[in-house]
This record gives sequence, structure tokens and C-alpha cells, in this order.
Amino acid sequence: METLILIIVLAVFFVAVVTEMGWLLLVRPRRRRRGEPPEVIVSPPEAPGEPELRTPGRDAAEAAQAVITPTAPPRAPEQRTPAPPAAPEIEKPPPSAGRLVRLRERLSRSQSSVGSVLLGLLSRDRLDDDTWDEIEEVLITADVGVVPARQMVDDLRTKVKVLGARGVDEVRALLRTELITQIGEDMDRSLHTERHEGLPGVVLMVGVNGTGKTTTVGKLARVLVGDGKTVLLGAADTFRAAAADQLQTWGERVGARTVRADRDGADPASVAFEAVREGADLGVDVVLVDTAGRLHTKTGLMDELGKVKRVIEKRAPVGEVLLVLDAITGQNGLRQARVFAEVVDITGIVLTKLDGTAKGGIVIAVQRELGVPVKLVGLGEGPDDLAPFDPATFVDAILTA
Amino acid sequence: MFDTLSERLTQVFSSLRGKGRLSAADIDATAREIRIALLEADVALPVVRAFIARVKERAGGEEVSGALNPAQQVIKIVHDELIDVLGGETRRLRFAKVPPTVIMLAGLQGSGKTTLAGKLALWLREQGNTPMLVAADLQRPNAVQQLQIVGERAGVPVYAPEPGNGVGDPVAVARQSLEEAQRRQQNMVIIDTAGRLGIDEEMMRQAVGIRDAVQPDEILFVVDAMIGQDAVATAQAFLDGVGYDGVVLTKLDGDARGGAALSITQLTGRPIMFASAGEKLEDFDVFHPDRMASRILDMGDMLTLIEQAEKAFDEDQTAALADRLVSGEGFTLEDFVEQIQMVRKLGPIGNLLGMLPGAGKNKELLSQVNDKDLDRATAIVQSMTPEERRNPKIVNGSRRARIAGGSGVTPGQVGALIQNFQEGQKQMRQLMGGGLGNIPGMPPGMRRAANKAVKGKKPKKKHPGGDPRRAAARAVGNGAPAGDEVPGNGRAGGVGGGLPEGFSNQDMAETLAALQKGGLPGGLGGLPGLGTPDSNVPAAFRAPGNKRRKKK
Repeated sequence: METLILIIVLAVFFVAVVTEMGWLLLVRPRRRRRGEPPEVIVSPPEAPGEPELRTPGRDAAEAAQAVITPTAPPRAPEQRTPAPPAAPEIEKPPPSAGRLVRLRERLSRSQSSVGSVLLGLLSRDRLDDDTWDEIEEVLITADVGVVPARQMVDDLRTKVKVLGARGVDEVRALLRTELITQIGEDMDRSLHTERHEGLPGVVLMVGVNGTGKTTTVGKLARVLVGDGKTVLLGAADTFRAAAADQLQTWGERVGARTVRADRDGADPASVAFEAVREGADLGVDVVLVDTAGRLHTKTGLMDELGKVKRVIEKRAPVGEVLLVLDAITGQNGLRQARVFAEVVDITGIVLTKLDGTAKGGIVIAVQRELGVPVKLVGLGEGPDDLAPFDPATFVDAILTA
Repeated sequence: MFDTLSERLTQVFSSLRGKGRLSAADIDATAREIRIALLEADVALPVVRAFIARVKERAGGEEVSGALNPAQQVIKIVHDELIDVLGGETRRLRFAKVPPTVIMLAGLQGSGKTTLAGKLALWLREQGNTPMLVAADLQRPNAVQQLQIVGERAGVPVYAPEPGNGVGDPVAVARQSLEEAQRRQQNMVIIDTAGRLGIDEEMMRQAVGIRDAVQPDEILFVVDAMIGQDAVATAQAFLDGVGYDGVVLTKLDGDARGGAALSITQLTGRPIMFASAGEKLEDFDVFHPDRMASRILDMGDMLTLIEQAEKAFDEDQTAALADRLVSGEGFTLEDFVEQIQMVRKLGPIGNLLGMLPGAGKNKELLSQVNDKDLDRATAIVQSMTPEERRNPKIVNGSRRARIAGGSGVTPGQVGALIQNFQEGQKQMRQLMGGGLGNIPGMPPGMRRAANKAVKGKKPKKKHPGGDPRRAAARAVGNGAPAGDEVPGNGRAGGVGGGLPEGFSNQDMAETLAALQKGGLPGGLGGLPGLGTPDSNVPAAFRAPGNKRRKKK
């Protein structure tokens, strides 16, 4: 036991020594790199570090071994599809537009919405310190975080003072503007799923365990199919039991093919590669790749995720890397986002399970810190409860619910 | 990112020095800092309020203003209170008088119920029970398959009469499962239910239906450690909806500080019974309130670190390495790389360092530490010849160029690594040789924080027969708020040594101090308590000879 402690301590000591003092020397090149976009950091070690990260040729060969599309070789889904897709395809027409409006009714199920409480507080006759403290607390209760909450309150306070705003409507307008500003209106929230130089658009879904990645892939597939695109799913979650089955079930409902490994624990990168390769060969519009949930603290798993992305890029550029965040996540969401951003350079956030009592305030912090926009929100368990995110509609839903 | 509570409080109390008495404003400032710390840890607001009211009372007392280091004293109070709340009522699973014992799992979507069902089954099976899993999650696509696979891995039977994916009645499945268990002579039944939202009345009714149908002996509420402020609402909704007897905290292997644990226990009075940390089925254990308390306060979690290390490290390897270190044969680059690799297994290095007590004040520095740096160092060493690794002095210009070529770095980087290594080696020798010495600039507060981080934790590996010194440590620790230090025998600490001025690795020293004082046996030489105002009690010394006791 004590040797162990000794070792850890010394090991950490050494790491500290080397990193702390010497590394400063060593780091100089890294420092310089800091200013550049994060991909640079991700890509270089690949060359020396992972020789078996090999040529596409070998990859394909290996993938061919690992990946079969077992239960459903091309024919199967086609035979099976006629019945199920008929139903979903009818619901498609309002795929993107207007869905977010449903949020209002979903939120109204939970009695105390942030919006109404805030409005109630702001419409008081006297806005004294206690009221402002209460407002701050409401924001904190929404997982906004202590620092952003404080800042929002300060902003509001100044504005109320300067404008001398009174009256419910005035205050509401003020609050609305403030919330929208915090969420950020000028971000590009469109999904980049267009085909690109004859290659399918690739969307990679990442996140910690249990946030709803597979479900989101399934729902997104429906949205895309509804928009008239052809979709192929890649089940690169080879870890969780029955994850591929779950994805395939989603795929079959909309007639999307699912590329999956023939066994649990296959190399996810090879499955992803195979999915994209097949998507390119079949000429589909979008390939959605589901990955296994991984806690951002597991180095090995994060490295694996980096590899999945790099390997896909050998075949086609990855258009979107979406981080799936559970709306119920607290301050840890920020750490998650930061690590995932470092490893795979996330381009957007999907906020799921927004229909609970959760307020998803953590996205405000995430957007502020990392500048990654929320692109989609999950509104419930229904297959079509995935909506493109729009700050104004979202804020309106919060304030009126 | 954020400062730790420890630092903030130290700031608050820095003005106290000389005053000797806490003013109302001081107490308010203290309360505010504690509040922020708890909120950052996702403790729910109402719970924070109630909790602070209690702490405030105690913090205003003599206990704090009389202490030599009030900041640490307050933290100790908070920590103790946290443990009180978290561990208020610990109990074991209730077994039914007439088998089968029925355990029902409930929780939000994605909290980890299905995985937990498997872990619980395995855990129970290892204790000689014969659990059976019941697939009553017929909602989520392929949840039934997942449970079947999990059951297979855990080596327990799974009762899954319905295919799931929205087909079948979970209440009926649950009811039938009891007969099935009796028929198969399984003494426990674990029912995995669908994830549901607290506000979803229909789903709640279904859960109630399952509950009424099987009359479970235990209903466990499964909750994700990273849940935020909503923990309270959710916990209350489930309590009102189905009710539960215990809580299981999952995904503790992440770096969420898990304030939800506090929120839920304080609010509902239901104890947290199990903690699940990891993706493997074995990663499951009973809940440790003391560790959770340290975690919520971001105080470093040495015990968890050690446990993780135990899992990741090869015992013989570490023993050999330790022997080499202690025997003074020197620490070669090979050992260095070996260590780096072992450390790498424990997760991101930043995380690891963050687990050490006192890491907070070096956050800036820690954020610069990158796993890639370690990999690069490994690559450099691996590009050396065995001879060079043993004796880096022989590395000349041409060798450097070769190594640089082999590892893809510049010759300058190779040189820097070697130089740093030698520097570190020198310091290590001093450390080993002279005990921890009088480490300049080591603030008393930090050290005591470190002590506390470990102190609250009962040493898990107890020596048979007990260690009188440790017993004394406890006695003293309880009696005197200022000191967990104990008079001890063994080699005198603080002999010579002393790290060169400006060498900023106090954290390591603190860690060592924490380890020793925390009652973990053996380790490095003696520990000084010299020259610090609060070391009114002699320091604890442990003879390196203790090492022999390791194998048992």
C-alpha cells in the first residue's frame, strides 16, 4: 500500500517537476501554437504517435473485417421499410420550422418556469437589493452558474436604472432582450449537412453517457429524411450493450440504413469509416455517426474519439460535430464541453430533455465560454421532438410558459 | 477556473489576523464564499441556504475565532456538516423475510438505470445472492436487449417476456416476474424500469402501478452525479410520485462535484446507498460520505486517487520501482517513463493533479499541463538507447540530434528534457535523503487543508492490532482543532534537506504530508512541522521501515 502511495506521489511529483519547470522550455513551440485553432493540436501527434493509424487502404481492409451490416444487408431494410417509413414521412412537412413553439406547452407542465418567476420579481413595485438577489437566485436555479447569473443581474440592474423601466411590458421586453443577448443571436445555428464535393455531409454525435446521443441521431435522421434528404446511420457506439440495435430501430423507422459492427467492442473508428465510405458509395446526402457515451475524464476514450474523427476525415470532411448535453446537467456541463471541444472541436450543441423541469441554463455558460452555439433542442420523447434552436422563440417560450 | 473554497476563505480571513474576533461582516463574507462554493458544486439553492444557516451558527462561535487558522477551521466545519448530512443514516439493503427480495429502480432517462441494474446484480451475486433482472423498461428502443446483455455479463438470469420498444405492459411484466423468481428460486429480483421525467404524470402512474404490483422491499432512485439545480425538483417529484428508500449516485467517475448528493439527502432524508463509478460492471460500491464531502468542496480526493491507482498499477512493478527509489540507486529515465505511463492510465493528467489537495492554487499552472507533453517526453526517452537512458550525461550533440529525429522533436527539446530530468532527480534525492525538510514557503493553511482532506477519511487499510500512533492521532485530532499532528517516534523529520528556494512544488509536499498524517502508513521519512505558527503539536513521523508491512 505505502509503496503505491509513494509511487503515485513521486510520479506526480516528477510530472510536476518536468511539466512545471522544464516544460516551460519545451513548451515554447506549443505556446506559439496556442493562438492557432485547436485542430492543430489534435492533428500533429497523429503522425508520430499513432503509426497504426495507417493508410486508407489498410483501414478499409480492416474495416471490411470488422464491419458487416449483419441483420440487415441492403435488402432487408428495403423490404422492411415500406410499412414503418410511411408513417413518419407523413409527419415530416413541418420538420424544422415551428417545432420549437411546442416547447411552450411542454414547459407549461412544470409549474414554476424561470420566466414567470423572473417577470414576477421584476414587476415588483420596488426593486431593492433583496429582489435583485432573488432574481440572481432564480437564474442560478436554472443552472446558469454563479458568475454569469451575477453578470446578467448587473446588466439588468443598470438597464432598469438607466431606462427607468417600469410596467410589466417594459420589464418583459428588457428581460427578453437580456436573455436573448445572453444566449446570443448572431451565431450560426444552421446544420451543415450539405453534400460536399460529391461526398456526403458527415455529422458526428458526441457526449457523455446517458445524454441521449443515440436518440438524437434517430430523431435527426427523421428531420433530415423529412427534409427530403437520404440518410445513412453509422453505429460507432460499439461499447454499450444493444446501442447499435437501438440505432437500427430508429433507422428502420425512416428507412435509413445502419452500418454497424458485427460484434460488440469493435473499433468504433473503423465502423465510422465504413459508414462514411458506404455513404459515399451509395451517394447518400448525410451520414450520421453515433458514438459511445464517454465521460470527458477518460483519456483513453477521448483519444479514441479523436481517432474516430480523424479516421472519418480520411474519407470525407466532418461537417458537424455535435455535443449532446442533457438539459439537467449542472456546472459540470462546462467542463464537458471544454474537453470535448479540445478533442474533437465541436461545432454545435444539442440540448436534450428540455421538457423536464430543467432549464438548461448551462448552455449560456457554455456558449459564452466556448462560443459554440446550441443548434438543436430535444423537447420530449416523441420521435419528432427535436427542433432547431432559435433564441427568440426559445426566450419567448420561457417567458410565456 | 474558479478558486477553491479554501483560498477564498483564506482571503476572507486574512483581515481577521490581529482582530481575534469575527465581526458580523466577516461571517457574512464567509457565508457568501461557502454559498458560491456549494453552488458551483451544483448543490441546490434551497439546500445551500439551509445548510449555510447551520454553518453560520457554528462559524460565529468561539471555535472559529479562537482557532489559529480560522479559514481552515470553517472549512472543517463545513466538511463535517457535509458528512453529517450525507452520511446521516447509512444502512444496508433490506431483505424480505420471504424471498424474493424485490428491488425496483427508478430515475430519469439516461441516469444509468439499466447499467446499474447489472452492477447491482453482480454485486449481489458476489455476496452469495441469486438475483434476477427484470426488463420492465419497455419504452426505450432496445432497452430490453441491453438488459439481457448486461445480465449475461453479470452472470444472472434476465426475465424479459416482452420485446419492448413500446410493446407490452411493464406492470404485468413486473408482476409475473415475482412468480418467475419463485419458480426459479432466485432470492432477489431487480426491476429495471423506463426512464421518466418527474413531471410526466402518466409515466409516474405507471411506476406506481409497478410498485403496487410487486410491493418492492427497496425502491432505489438512480441519479446522475452531474445533475444540476434541478436535482431537488426531480428528487421531490419522484418522492411524491413513487417514493423511494435509497438513492444511487451514478457516473461518479466523471469530474462532476456531485452537489446533487447533498441536495437530495438533505431534502428527502433518504440516504445515498450506493455509488457507481465506471463503465465496467464491477465499478460499484457502497457510498462514502466523507469522500463525497471532500469532492463537493473540491478539496482533493486522495483516497479515490489511490484506489484508482491501485486498480491501474501493477503491484510488483510499483514495489520494484519503489525499492529502486528508496535504495538510492537513482531514478533513471526508464523509471521516469514507466511512471509517466502509469500515471497516464489514471486519466488526464490535469485531472489527476487536480485531485491532489491544494491543487487549486496552481490551477493556472495545471491548465498548462498537457497529456501531450507527457507523451512527447515518453517518445523522447523511447528514442534513446538503453545506455543513454541509464546515463543521460553521455548524450552529446550528435546523440541529441538522433534522438530528436527519432521522436519528432527538436534537439533543443531533448536537451531541455534531460536537463529538467536531472534537476528533478537532484531534488528527488534531497527529498528522499533529507525527509521532507523545511520546505520554504509552505503556507500553514494549505498544509492543514491537506491534512483535513485525508483526515476525515478513516484509513481503510487498517493494520491488524492497530497502530497506537494512529489512535493517538485520532484522539488528538478530535481534541485539538488545530492539530492532527501527533507525537511519534521514528526518524526525526526535517533533517537537512529543504528544497531550493523558489522551487514551487509545495503541493507535493502537502500531499506527502497529507498522506502521512492521514494515517496512511509508511512512506517518506519524517514530516516537519517546523517554523509554522500552527504547528504547536509535534509532527508525526513515520519510519521508512514501515514499508515492510505493505504485503499483507
